[in-house]
Amino acid sequence: MSAIAALGRLRAAATGAAQPAATVRHRHLSARPLVLVPYVLAGEAFAPLAVLVGTDRDRPHLLAVPQPRDRDRRFAHAAELGRLLLPYLGAFAAETETIERRGDDPYERSLDAPQVLVPTAGGVEYLRLLGRSTRFRRTDGEFAVAEEVPLLGRWSTWLADRAGVPGSSVLLAMTDLLTQAWVTGQSALEDGDLAALLAWIDPPAGQRGDRAARAVEGGPTAGPATDPAFDERLVPLIAAFDEAVAAERAEAAGAEARTDLGPRGRDAEQAIRDALAAELMPTWDRVWRGVELLGALPAGGSVAGRWEADRASYSFFAADLADPESRPQPRVPGAVSAAAQLATRERAQARLDAEQVRDDPLLMAAVRLAGEAFRGGLIAVDAERMVAEPGKKTARPRPMLTFATDDEPLFGPGTDLACVERPDAKARVLEAEPGRVVLELRGGMGGGKAPKPGSVPEVGEVLCWTSLIAEFRRGPDWPAVEDTPWTHGGPPPEPEPEVASDPDDDALEEWS
Amino acid sequence: MRTTGTTGAIAGRLEQLRGTLPTRNHNARTVAALAANPGCARRGVLDAAGIEKTVLADRLGFPARYGGRSPFAIGRGNVFEARVKADGGTELRRLLAETLGANPDAGALVDVEHESAGRPSREERVARTRDALARAARGEPDACAILDHPLLPLDVAGRRAYLEPDAMACRVAGRLYVVEIKSFAIIDGSADPGKLASATRQAAVYVHALRRLAAELGLDPDVVATDIVLVCAQDFSNRPVAVVLDVRRELATTRRRLERLSGVEELLGELPDTLTFDVDGDLAGEAVARVPAAYVPDCLSACELALFCRDEARGCGPGGGSVGTLGTSVRGALGGIEDIGDALALADGTRAARPGEEDVARLLRRAQALRTEVLGAEMPGSQAPGIALPRPVGPPAASRAELSGGVG
Repeated sequence: MSAIAALGRLRAAATGAAQPAATVRHRHLSARPLVLVPYVLAGEAFAPLAVLVGTDRDRPHLLAVPQPRDRDRRFAHAAELGRLLLPYLGAFAAETETIERRGDDPYERSLDAPQVLVPTAGGVEYLRLLGRSTRFRRTDGEFAVAEEVPLLGRWSTWLADRAGVPGSSVLLAMTDLLTQAWVTGQSALEDGDLAALLAWIDPPAGQRGDRAARAVEGGPTAGPATDPAFDERLVPLIAAFDEAVAAERAEAAGAEARTDLGPRGRDAEQAIRDALAAELMPTWDRVWRGVELLGALPAGGSVAGRWEADRASYSFFAADLADPESRPQPRVPGAVSAAAQLATRERAQARLDAEQVRDDPLLMAAVRLAGEAFRGGLIAVDAERMVAEPGKKTARPRPMLTFATDDEPLFGPGTDLACVERPDAKARVLEAEPGRVVLELRGGMGGGKAPKPGSVPEVGEVLCWTSLIAEFRRGPDWPAVEDTPWTHGGPPPEPEPEVASDPDDDALEEWS
Repeated sequence: MRTTGTTGAIAGRLEQLRGTLPTRNHNARTVAALAANPGCARRGVLDAAGIEKTVLADRLGFPARYGGRSPFAIGRGNVFEARVKADGGTELRRLLAETLGANPDAGALVDVEHESAGRPSREERVARTRDALARAARGEPDACAILDHPLLPLDVAGRRAYLEPDAMACRVAGRLYVVEIKSFAIIDGSADPGKLASATRQAAVYVHALRRLAAELGLDPDVVATDIVLVCAQDFSNRPVAVVLDVRRELATTRRRLERLSGVEELLGELPDTLTFDVDGDLAGEAVARVPAAYVPDCLSACELALFCRDEARGCGPGGGSVGTLGTSVRGALGGIEDIGDALALADGTRAARPGEEDVARLLRRAQALRTEVLGAEMPGSQAPGIALPRPVGPPAASRAELSGGVG
């Protein structure tokens, strides 16, 4: 941790008030986000218990599973969730713009994309497991599920995969968003509790953040894992529901077997819903309060550019879904797609690191403190300087810039630098000594014999230069799947057969 | 045989510290938890005295958060374990054959708990476990293949604890294997790292107890394998799947920690002779405060006393408490300065650096100068930007309690 960030925590602890960790918001915030607050049943690999979901703070939809171990109820829940989520997720695909690409066909990119907000990182994992447990389900045959179920599974998987790409904003955890913007006087571990984190940042009027945080600790959890103490209260409610269902079935035994709930079953279900609503609502309100707080921060300059990548990914995925030949994302990616995915993430991380520090002087301050950047006033310019580089016949303009600075950059001669205030400018260090840095301007001056007018900074300008440069390199050309080299296992076998013979399918066995 | 040797005077001191406070009944989970934060003297003394810390935490006015497991998790765990062991352990035999190459058909599954009519006493179960262990180690032909619900004695800080592994595989190439059955899922070949680590630590405690038992019987401790068999649920199903895990590292940690428990003489030497924790209210706080703690945020998930220690660590010193409360990464950035107010005074230049602090003082002053350059002066109590928003004016939660059910 840099001393800049550490000082923020110290100051917050000493004053009892959260301190800024950034001067801008580094993630896109949708005008119409969808908030999803999930709970799952403890002890099960993945048994949804309830979700609060919606795009309107005042109209949360509560979906609850009164008996989460019942497979039919579980998939009915997934279908119901699908009916709520799918219209939202698909709504952005229609309006597009055509994007021209050099050396490649143009493509259609949607003008906007969905954004799902969950309370904590556990919510991202929830969507990954939701995707894994639903996307291979069949809509016909013996264990048929509603058509929304596998579709929701593919969307959830896309969201969760995309959340692994640094800088992506289609699926975000509120705790991550808040800790990017503010630093509290408690540990990062305690910041994982949305209630305490938000209390630090936004305490009730007249209260200190530290005391407010302590007051909310131990309250309803943000999930998806429930509080064991809450489970103790839930046990009798679920037992009552099971009893009610059994009793109603027994009563109706003579008549035709009923599958829907009678009045007693509905009452029992309502008791479960009430308990879950009371436990989930505080988190729902906190996520939306977080949206308000974050919305009041200006977005970083490069946020829109990264959102474009999300929009492109969204359009590609939506187009793939529409293709009747397309298949659900595999359980484990093949060698080629894994390598491509890893390369994408590495590039996205490098881009994010470079862009965030450019957008945010507070993050740049940490880079300056680490000696990888400096900010200084231009005290001398040799604009006429021409240099013939080794191996080149003609001399090119290479203006020499001398800066005075209090920063202590650790640049050796020859280090390439980029400039925050003049994004086109490229320079190389000639010498760096305490208080003074001399650069040679090498790019951003046009191709002529003399620098383009205005492209050479003037004496008196205060500029920030950094060696953190995002290099937008094209990824390598990946081999086709059938040409996977033997070093990586060779071409994979034919895609697995359809899910009917899938030994993983929990449809084939009972749930206790 | 008392192996940890808290003898005479020390035992007396520990008893005095404990007074009438209830003692803790250890299980594998709590023994594994002993390994957390070994540098904490307070923990060391309380654990050595065997005090039930939840009770102490209540007396201190900082009740530990609910430490239990969800009844749903317990229920699922029991059902899953029963399923794995059903029908004479058919599933378990298949898994042991797959992972260890055991002969699935040889030998019986012996349930130590239900072998005879009536519920056997703990010592009876221990005796049966010993017997089965000895016969298996000698390679007797009618030794059982799987021992169900064995009971292992282990001396923890001079007190006998009884540990109950899920099962033991007794006849695999002359070695015994601890079998740990957990109902969490291995999905597409990977499991939750936290749950996996906790299962591994627990299994290591069983291996440790079993190796001690073997040594007591005059057997080579190496008849107990340092690999364990972990049985989990596969993907989203109830189908069991097994993996073999090497627990040598966790075993070494457990052993070290248990040995340290008996080495409390030094810690006790620093305490007043008359000290006891068996007092009420503020006095309890004062008594506990006599033993220095080394609070770190990780304690919150490992120690029942953590909330008390956190409050103490936050409240000490001139401003904001101990740097350790903010986590190890913050502490690491401050090069040995332990107090928040102290570090801020250095950063603000209101205090001169003491010898040895010059470098970190310079770093902090530069960092503060940069923060001020970017953010302007940070006044005490200053608010982060963007926070001066009106409070939400939406309808109160009560009027929204009519949560729509489903689509619409």
